[in-house]
Amino acid sequence: MSLDLFLQYLFAGITYGSIYAIVAIGFNIIYNTTGIINFAQGEFVMLGGMIAISLLEYLPLGYAIAAAVLITMAIGALIEMLFIRWLESPSVLRMIIITIGISILLRESALHIWGESIRSLPYFYGNEITTFNLGSVHISPQVVWVIVACAVMMAGLSVFFRSTPIGREMRACAANRTAALLCGINTRNMVTLSFMLSAGIGALAGCVMSPITYTQYDSGTSLAIKGFTVAILGGLGNSLAAVAAGILLGIIEAFSVSVVPLAFQDAIAIAILLLILFVKPHGIFGSSEAARLKDF
Amino acid sequence: MLRIRNLDAGYGKLRVLKNISLHVKAGEIVTMIGANGAGKTTLLHTVVGLVRPMRGDIVFLGRSNGRSSVAKIVASGCALVPEGRQVFAPMSVEENLLLGGHVLQKERGRAAVLKELEHQYELFPILRERRRQLAGTLSGGEQQMLAMGRALMSGPKLVMMDEPSTGLAPLIVRDIFQIIRRLREEGNTVLLIEQNARAALGIADRGYVLEVGKVILQGPAADLLANADVQRAYLGREKIG
Repeated sequence: MSLDLFLQYLFAGITYGSIYAIVAIGFNIIYNTTGIINFAQGEFVMLGGMIAISLLEYLPLGYAIAAAVLITMAIGALIEMLFIRWLESPSVLRMIIITIGISILLRESALHIWGESIRSLPYFYGNEITTFNLGSVHISPQVVWVIVACAVMMAGLSVFFRSTPIGREMRACAANRTAALLCGINTRNMVTLSFMLSAGIGALAGCVMSPITYTQYDSGTSLAIKGFTVAILGGLGNSLAAVAAGILLGIIEAFSVSVVPLAFQDAIAIAILLLILFVKPHGIFGSSEAARLKDF
Repeated sequence: MLRIRNLDAGYGKLRVLKNISLHVKAGEIVTMIGANGAGKTTLLHTVVGLVRPMRGDIVFLGRSNGRSSVAKIVASGCALVPEGRQVFAPMSVEENLLLGGHVLQKERGRAAVLKELEHQYELFPILRERRRQLAGTLSGGEQQMLAMGRALMSGPKLVMMDEPSTGLAPLIVRDIFQIIRRLREEGNTVLLIEQNARAALGIADRGYVLEVGKVILQGPAADLLANADVQRAYLGREKIG
């Protein structure tokens, strides 16, 4: 393999990897405050893209994306309030099954609203064939958008969790829910907030990736599987590890194209997921001690 | 300050507390002693709202706690130092304390929280030394102090402590009890639950003895210390003659 080709694959891997990382972080945020895996996370990504595409008729691109993110956040909050909030001490399994139900519901609603057609947002800058050259590698400006958007989201989230009081309270809920309650923190509001937050970042990811990957009513499913693989690979609940794991999976997938046919890409992600669940179920960066303390 | 009348509480169909009545007056240290499984922790959890009462009233500062949320009850000035410390292990000592100040922050703003933080650092100098350290890396005694400091950060009117001495070395237990005494001197009211009956009755004004969900004895702490049944059951001493 020539160096050029190598770099080209590398960039493709990093691009997809950052998207997987964002989906995984969405999983982690909800996992940390509730202990459940929200299987509707991929649908948030799909909704973000679809809503932005529909709004594009009435609004300029930037506003359409902002509005799509806000609407998806509202949908996330609504879902939590309708389906999760009123449950009296539900079991983890029950909540997970509810989120699977929600994901089917969202997917079918999207099918009714938008149909089966494949859509996409326009390239934010230039078009499909615009590239700029980094040495001998051709890179689409949209790739830069994806990577920058993911990096900014990561940085924003880390500032939010580290230095704002609300971020601190959400971390407290993750660390010890009973103790958070005893501090007078309304943990139910924190759960709603975590749904909003992961819906929001999912939607934003859905918007920036839409020009490259296209958006369809069921595009959330495969993303959810990839995101879940990455979240497990990094160790559930650990967002920094999710970034590393996401990029790792992206790169593995990108390079696999040079060895096996493209159609095997999804199989590779699932093979990795199975391998990890068999060999190292707490993830490559997770500690087994921490894994034992979790209820799921 | 706190008045509990004919309280029944438990989990699901299981009734742990049966017809409990007790009261705590402002400025007192009241202790409740009893064996494992007597329902001591359930009682505190019911007062703070983690467990819903099945019957009876809990009146705190003239208001009924019955159906309020934990957040509301804590905001009204009733703090619990939970059994087994329950610190936020992956967060720093200072973050733990600031989280304890959540209620204060909402009511009186950031300046009040910082002032209270300073006060906790005076009460527990070791926490100031360790304030950047993760709470999970502290020793048991330090974690207990952190849990107490965190509860006190809300500026509570009543502090309830669930077995603060469990699993601590005797020297550290002495420190903890000294701090409880100091809390009273500062005008706090304390409801203390302990298995270490001798130490608890030693600093308390009054005491209750709980056995399988019922209050079987109550009275001034000195009387309970002298009571033959209490001595036999909880102080490990048989009086002969």
